[in-house]
Amino acid sequence: MSEQPMVAVQDLKVRFKRGGQTLAAVNGVNLSVARGEVLALIGESGSGKSVTLRALMRLHAERSTRIEGRIEIAGQNLMALSRRQLQALRGPVAAMIFQEPLLALDPVYTIGQQIIETLRRHRPMPRAAAREAALEALRSVRIPSPEQRLDAYPHEMSGGMRQRAMIALALACQPKLLLADEPTTALDATVQIQILILLRELQQALGLSIIFVTHDIAAAVEVADRIAVMYGGRIVEQAPLAELLNNPQHPYTRVLLGTRPKDGLRKGERLVSIPGAPPDLANLPAGCAFAPRCPQASDLCRSEVPAIEAVLADHSVCCHHWNRLPI
Amino acid sequence: MTQRDIGGPAQPLLRVEKLLKHFPTKGGLGKRRVVRAVDGIDFVVRKGETLGVVGESGCGKSTTARLLMQLIQQDSGELVFDAMAVGGHQLPLREYRRQVQMVFQDSYSSLNPRLTMEQAVAFGPSVHGVSQREALQRARDLLGRVGLEPTRFAGRYAHELSGGQRQRVNIARALAVEPRLVILDEAVSALDKSVEAQVLNLLLDLKASLQLTYVFISHDLHVVRYLSDRIMVMYLGEIVEVGPTQALFSAAQHPYTQALLTSMPSMDPGNRTRVSPLSGDPPSPIDPPPGCRFHTRCPHAEAVCAQAAPQLTTTGDHHYAACLMVQPGAGHSQSPPAGLIYTGASA
Repeated sequence: MSEQPMVAVQDLKVRFKRGGQTLAAVNGVNLSVARGEVLALIGESGSGKSVTLRALMRLHAERSTRIEGRIEIAGQNLMALSRRQLQALRGPVAAMIFQEPLLALDPVYTIGQQIIETLRRHRPMPRAAAREAALEALRSVRIPSPEQRLDAYPHEMSGGMRQRAMIALALACQPKLLLADEPTTALDATVQIQILILLRELQQALGLSIIFVTHDIAAAVEVADRIAVMYGGRIVEQAPLAELLNNPQHPYTRVLLGTRPKDGLRKGERLVSIPGAPPDLANLPAGCAFAPRCPQASDLCRSEVPAIEAVLADHSVCCHHWNRLPI
Repeated sequence: MTQRDIGGPAQPLLRVEKLLKHFPTKGGLGKRRVVRAVDGIDFVVRKGETLGVVGESGCGKSTTARLLMQLIQQDSGELVFDAMAVGGHQLPLREYRRQVQMVFQDSYSSLNPRLTMEQAVAFGPSVHGVSQREALQRARDLLGRVGLEPTRFAGRYAHELSGGQRQRVNIARALAVEPRLVILDEAVSALDKSVEAQVLNLLLDLKASLQLTYVFISHDLHVVRYLSDRIMVMYLGEIVEVGPTQALFSAAQHPYTQALLTSMPSMDPGNRTRVSPLSGDPPSPIDPPPGCRFHTRCPHAEAVCAQAAPQLTTTGDHHYAACLMVQPGAGHSQSPPAGLIYTGASA
């Protein structure tokens, strides 16, 4: 990767203060996304995947959040940006879509008004031209009869249509980076696949970089070039899609893949299962966060956080015993 | 354990006949409209099986679950539990609810925050006349059975447990009155994948050791396939297909079932889904389309599909689909000729 990456994150740490507690939500994340690359961040609730994504737009409330580490987006040091510079970045450089469009869209404005406002805020243009551009944005996400939908309110649309409208809104200012936070989780199966295919087609047509956060590894397989698996606020394994699926090294990745075997779950077979639940972010264990649930854990795992080791040039894993695990 | 199998193994545990539930929409001026949530469905749950129920939002699967549990009253139709009419003198509602229990999706809101876990599990049996002491003993046994060490968990409250642990308590509570049928309404959908696997294994173990029958409702076809003996597919308040799991996955008859199966992500990066099998969202169950309700999204729809409502037609052993293309003489260009019916084993 000689070219400058779209996103470069080094040793990102995010802490929330809640009540008297400090939640260690992200504990040293390193990642990089090339231009035109799709990275899927997968993990369970509390793994830090959404917190990492939101940190990339500095969406966390500044008073109760402490962010450490370095975040660069399109070469800009995000932590050093002023409020005004940040606003210039949100939209034209990086845009975000969310799980629940009904909450992300403003209920009192039509879809058209919301897209037009965004467009005119970043690029002064006459109202008529903005309306034409908004119409084009709706066409690009293949909303049927876009002329009518432009004047529709979010509640007048179906779930899949709203998700398309939110994607249109996010892409209206032609960002280079799309941050997608569980965009298909709330959708029905037959609608989910439509949105996944749409995202993939838009990504290819526009050369977008995408960070796609999901708990569903199967959805990630449909869109991602590379997968990063998160657990307890750290990336425990990262590799190109096929490599990760065929050659998983971290015990947690293996468990995740075991819940979704390629040829489907077979009736009668027992599921691969591990005891316990994801860790409490207010009381993370001293060593590897997965150690209390890991069948291969040793004393070393319980006392020291494993370093990131390279399996291959583009495949890294964070486990003391990765090269000694049974296959 | 009081009375058990009454009608013998061939008698379905639960027979659902012409079950119908419409909800009036609230407010609005002028015409009142109704949500046709469950629109006259017939099916059976056999003794000892797991019947999977799948469908998208608005298909009526959760309303069906609530009707089966009699949490809401049907507008019309009947439930027959082991040959006894539910709500009649043979099987009063109170007795029926001892035999049928339910586990909900939201493990937190389905537990009383002011009860300890042992009190929560003991509550049902004591309502049904078991002494307090015995009910608490039974609760502790059950907590152990669902994998929660009673000495550690009996005195805890719902907020002190993780999602997976709470769902185990909900399962223990459902089992506390020794039901024969357990309705699992999206019971693992809110759990993380690594925890979901634990709970699915637990459900399988309990079913085998207690000879339970499950109705397993989920939007996740992977999980339904893993657990179910038969699968019932619903669309806009109606059953579109029902059949043995294997047959349904290998030879789905209804275009909607086929689309649902094709919509499952492949887990194979070399073979990604290129074309979505359907466009658009499921229509609203308010004013569903006339004729076959799926015709507005169906790739094989013809003019006749907007007029004639298809009937569930047998297409193989214990396999039924409601589509004009499998219904003899129905007028679709693919319909088999009139009089031709599948002559294998009957249902």
